[in-house]
Amino acid sequence: MELGRANLDVFADTVLELARQDRDVLVVTSDSRGSGKLTHYGETLPDQIIELGIAEQNVIGISAGLASAGKKVFATSPACFITARAFEQIKNDVAYSDQPVRIVGISAGVSYGALGATHHSLHDYAALRAVHNITIIAPADNFEAREAIKAIHHIDHPVYIRFGKAAIPHVHGADSTFTIGKAAMVREGHDLTFIACGETVPVALAAAELLAAQGIECRVLSMHTIKPLDEQAISQAARETGAIITVEEHSIHGGLGEACAAVLMQQGPVVPFKIVGFPDETMVTGSQKEIFNHYGISPDGLAQRARQLLGDQQPTR
Amino acid sequence: MLTDVELKAKSIEYRATILRIIKQARAGHTGGDLSSVDILNVLYNNILRVSPETFADPNRDRYVQSKGHTVEVLYAVLADRGFFPAQELDTLGKYQSHFIGHPTRSVPGIEQNTGALGHGLAVAVGMALAAKLDRRDYRVYTLLGDGELDEGSNWEASLAASHYKLDNLTVIIDRNGLQITGSTEKVNPLEPLADKFRAFGYAVQEVDGNDTQALMDVFSRTPFETDKPNLVLAHTVKGKGISFIENAAKWHHRVPTDEEYAIAQRELQQAREQLS
Repeated sequence: MELGRANLDVFADTVLELARQDRDVLVVTSDSRGSGKLTHYGETLPDQIIELGIAEQNVIGISAGLASAGKKVFATSPACFITARAFEQIKNDVAYSDQPVRIVGISAGVSYGALGATHHSLHDYAALRAVHNITIIAPADNFEAREAIKAIHHIDHPVYIRFGKAAIPHVHGADSTFTIGKAAMVREGHDLTFIACGETVPVALAAAELLAAQGIECRVLSMHTIKPLDEQAISQAARETGAIITVEEHSIHGGLGEACAAVLMQQGPVVPFKIVGFPDETMVTGSQKEIFNHYGISPDGLAQRARQLLGDQQPTR
Repeated sequence: MLTDVELKAKSIEYRATILRIIKQARAGHTGGDLSSVDILNVLYNNILRVSPETFADPNRDRYVQSKGHTVEVLYAVLADRGFFPAQELDTLGKYQSHFIGHPTRSVPGIEQNTGALGHGLAVAVGMALAAKLDRRDYRVYTLLGDGELDEGSNWEASLAASHYKLDNLTVIIDRNGLQITGSTEKVNPLEPLADKFRAFGYAVQEVDGNDTQALMDVFSRTPFETDKPNLVLAHTVKGKGISFIENAAKWHHRVPTDEEYAIAQRELQQAREQLS
């Protein structure tokens, strides 16, 4: 896989492109234009960036008011803060009030690495999945990030999108398409499916390549939209490949894995199944990659999980 | 534009509606509804450039009720202004009614869902900021309770209102001095409140918030100072207009008994007779 750029950079470029064409596009920040790679945007379009200082609740509340008056707001702030400090504003001012704010959670998951638990966002899928009327997107690579930002430029309802700040490999080819709510198959296979989201997708794809060398062909789905979930793709993967491993940069509680499990338990088929994410403990100290490796979100770690799942349990398809 | 006598007559009828629908729903925030009646009366009848016909107009004036729990006063005024048929108020709090105990956009005329305290001001700041960005001349009004000022989010929003020079924003404080536990000054003291708002960059005007003429005068003078957000510190009486509800913390969300309701009706009738 060829290494691309950070999704954060892709976001900054794409939103600048959109804002140049559409004067209603506004970026709202919480002293976060630097960490959001939005310094150039702010210099280029100073009238289309609203700085609110270190005040995430204010970012969401004011964004709701701006959206109600027709502004196309990208409320941009570290995922850890915007989805926790401003959770009630997201729930009431945006989702319940149906104000079409695009909430952009930057440096998500464990992107901040050794800065520790205050800066990790391992709760955001779980918290927002339980809030009515908000779409949740975690793009896997630069293609998905760009397409997602373009797609949410024209929306009528709230969206939360999150990504990290490390350069990530391309998982999509030139002929790929992106549709919100529709899983993207980035690798076909018949022995097992990795259902991954966000920046764990390239890791799952690398694991699939390791396993292919051992004669195990894995499907890899980029489940970039965590809500609404592409239930059909999940059931189809279970039917056609007989085993599923979910992978996410999030707590194992309440995220993509449990969402997929609920689909299979209620709609079937029930197949050997494993959720890979972060356990319910204080995260080990390290870089994003070191933390991933520690918890088995690595090509080797995922390949081993796949072999265990296929060896330990008999598929019931 | 209503005359002051007409406004005073409206206030009596709004108080009657509020008590009637709270009694019928067996729930409501009686004390804070009654303290803010005169404020909403003056705003909706004489100040706000908004009507059922212009509610979708991007140039309409906006009102956000941050103290969402006193939704009954807003319902009473919106019904009177023709946003929906008054008889729909009989469904307040009933199964499947869209007349909920806090404002929602499912009711015609309501701009923003509120109910959790400390949310309306930031939203109003966003609306006022959008007007500045788009060079529109609409104005934004938001009503906050005084107890609600305990929420830190109000002060974040105030920093931004001042920074962005939102003189098209008018923040009204329903300063009735009581919150559910008792006096605001005993629960979590707010004074010197006007000084605090001045320090946050507002142009502050204090007014008797139950005097329609005084409210009319103060709202007619915005912006008080160019480039400064307006703050109207409206000194009100919680439960205003009904003797035994006035200044009684227990009436924060108490529902009148049959006997109390009858007394209140008599007091409102006396007020009508005095006015005429």
